[in-house]
Amino acid sequence: MSTSTTELGLTETTLLRFATAGSVDDGKSTLVGRLLHDSKSVLTDQLEAVERASASRGQDTPDLALLTDGLRAEREQGITIDVAYRYFATPKRRFILADTPGHVQYTRNMVTGASTAELTVVLVDARNGVVEQTRRHAAIAALLRVPHVVLAINKMDLVGYQEAIFAGIAEEFTAYATELGVPEVTAIPISALVGDNVVEPSANMDWYGGPTVLEHLETVPVSHDLAHCHARLPVQYVIRPQTAEHPDYRGYAGQIAAGTFHVGEPVTVLPSGRTTTISGIDLLGTPVDAAWTTQSVTVLLTDDIDVSRGDLIVPTKDAPATTQDVEATVCHVADQPLTVGHRVLLKHGTRTVKAVVKDIPSRLTLDDLSLHPHPGQLVANDIGRVKIRTAEPLPVDSYADSRRTGSFILIDPADGTTLTAGMVGESFASPEPVKDESEDDGWDF
Amino acid sequence: MTTTVAAHGEGTGTPYALSHLDALESEAVHIFREVAGEFERPVILFSGGKDSIVMLHLALKAFAPAAVPFSLLHVDTGHNFPEVLEYRDRVVAAHGLRLHVASVQDYIDRGVLKERPDGVRNPLQTLPLTEKIQSEKFDAVFGGGRRDEEKARAKERVFSLRDEFSQWDPRRQRPELWNLYNGRHAPGEHVRVFPLSNWTELDVWQYIAREGIELPQIYFAHEREVFQRGGMWLTAGEWGGPKNGESVEKRQVRYRTVGDMSCTGAVDSDAGTLDAVIAEIAASRLTERGATRADDKLSEAAMEDRKREGYF
Repeated sequence: MSTSTTELGLTETTLLRFATAGSVDDGKSTLVGRLLHDSKSVLTDQLEAVERASASRGQDTPDLALLTDGLRAEREQGITIDVAYRYFATPKRRFILADTPGHVQYTRNMVTGASTAELTVVLVDARNGVVEQTRRHAAIAALLRVPHVVLAINKMDLVGYQEAIFAGIAEEFTAYATELGVPEVTAIPISALVGDNVVEPSANMDWYGGPTVLEHLETVPVSHDLAHCHARLPVQYVIRPQTAEHPDYRGYAGQIAAGTFHVGEPVTVLPSGRTTTISGIDLLGTPVDAAWTTQSVTVLLTDDIDVSRGDLIVPTKDAPATTQDVEATVCHVADQPLTVGHRVLLKHGTRTVKAVVKDIPSRLTLDDLSLHPHPGQLVANDIGRVKIRTAEPLPVDSYADSRRTGSFILIDPADGTTLTAGMVGESFASPEPVKDESEDDGWDF
Repeated sequence: MTTTVAAHGEGTGTPYALSHLDALESEAVHIFREVAGEFERPVILFSGGKDSIVMLHLALKAFAPAAVPFSLLHVDTGHNFPEVLEYRDRVVAAHGLRLHVASVQDYIDRGVLKERPDGVRNPLQTLPLTEKIQSEKFDAVFGGGRRDEEKARAKERVFSLRDEFSQWDPRRQRPELWNLYNGRHAPGEHVRVFPLSNWTELDVWQYIAREGIELPQIYFAHEREVFQRGGMWLTAGEWGGPKNGESVEKRQVRYRTVGDMSCTGAVDSDAGTLDAVIAEIAASRLTERGATRADDKLSEAAMEDRKREGYF
């Protein structure tokens, strides 16, 4: 595909944030390299730098992984340590790619990349089919409630482009992902190396009638039916000019975390529970009648009530309950462990409160979804269930309902380290597929 | 200059889907407001370059109709383009802002810093910047860095913790999930904040066009006396060029980035308007740093090393 310059010009398009997880063996770097290269996002000087670096390492062909491995330690060790963000555009859409390493010791990086992603690309090698790592990547997408999953079945050239092999892997993966509650799986047979179905349709697989990877990325919906979402506005900052021109202006600034707000709508401010009505919405200088996620707005209220940073504005007819007892699935992201009794800070939306870890009922192995009861602590890259008691009531949603108001981070109060990323409520959307090792006593509920 | 305001959602095909510029703008405004809510003394690094100009524009929108609750800090290398200094002072006056200046020349005059043999002053900015942050007790410092600029920056967080020497340790960065930023820091430490992390050069230019933001004239094609050094067109001037054998010629050029005169190159261009600049960038086969920055060509890890030492 060639991208004409005028097409990229002034037009506003949409933005898709997506994530890839995988290792060099899956051909992930080749896939990412091809997406970037064929969309003209790798520029001459970058390619020259990669060629120079590859040559100095004695490699014959440019190693496209060097494009994303930005840190010296990564280049020296030939590994990707961190999440690398890559940017590219086609005339149809702008893309932010969170490129993460795929091995189990980088679970925290994959979770980080998936937290803001609307779509995740899971790569499998057509010769190996669904393996442990594939199941882990599916579980992370399910846990983080990533709305769209692409299963890219790679190296089709090495299995003779056989439809039966593609169909078998696609069926096995889709069944597994659906069981975990992944709402949508799009399986695409590709060869990243040869270029089949990455950007251009393949001439080698007439039996496949679906989109290429790039076509799918360009057309997958990036918004949802907001009518059914809870509306939530975490207050970031109170704007009070106190000038001659605006003596009484008092606006509540924030980014709408979910749903839609309308002028005239009765709202409740949490955790105080006071009610009032929206008298105006200012969309960065433009007065509007309605605003929705993820717009940054300033809301004006009819009554002069006490509202400050950390409060949550919600529709009165759809206010969440506040609670001091939070149960969640977490991914531990720090090198220091999380233990029962740990005193922490919990940041939810724009509010940070003191909290204590009351219990760690289980740890979860993402490879086979086995539960390990009462692990005592969680270490880096562990996924587990935790029970937390907060010093103040919080208006939390279930993460399944609202990714932004159902998530939180735990912070070490002593050194400020980000310890843990939390998702309120059940781990997976559908009937729990989890095998609980503690349930060996024959009771069957 | 014309202002084009696109209707929200227009051209996106889906109701409620924000355009890419609206999404990036909203994210940046959210970052500014988080800092205003959580820090005592934030400051915006303001060079008069397009990225810092866009940052200031976003900050003005984030807090309107109130004033921006931050001051500005210019790290002055002493090798400034006069058009840029004039622009800086005009903007500061127009919005009633407070400007701090950390002067590299001052440090050289006092003998604390030594001029490099090549006359390049970018690496000399780190010490005046760090000491100004310490003496003014700034706890959040906004920078216009973008992850698309350079591969070490691609790994940078939006909230990036620095120790009392402003050092960056890429292996000890805090994971950033969702839009939950962690601004905790000990006394003496500060947080560098990058609201334009997810913007590309083209996004910045498209946004400048949409919002009708005024820029210093050196961003547009003009005739200038330049000479060639290290494969780049540098402006002839008192700062130290041209030297032995380098010859000055008059060319039609513009700047893609604005920095220290000694290491910021102009590109041949006849793009005299915003639309022409955008078309030129969309067609360019070079990154802006590759085209215009001598300091990044030093080694594969030049930027990572400068960032570790406290550079922005």
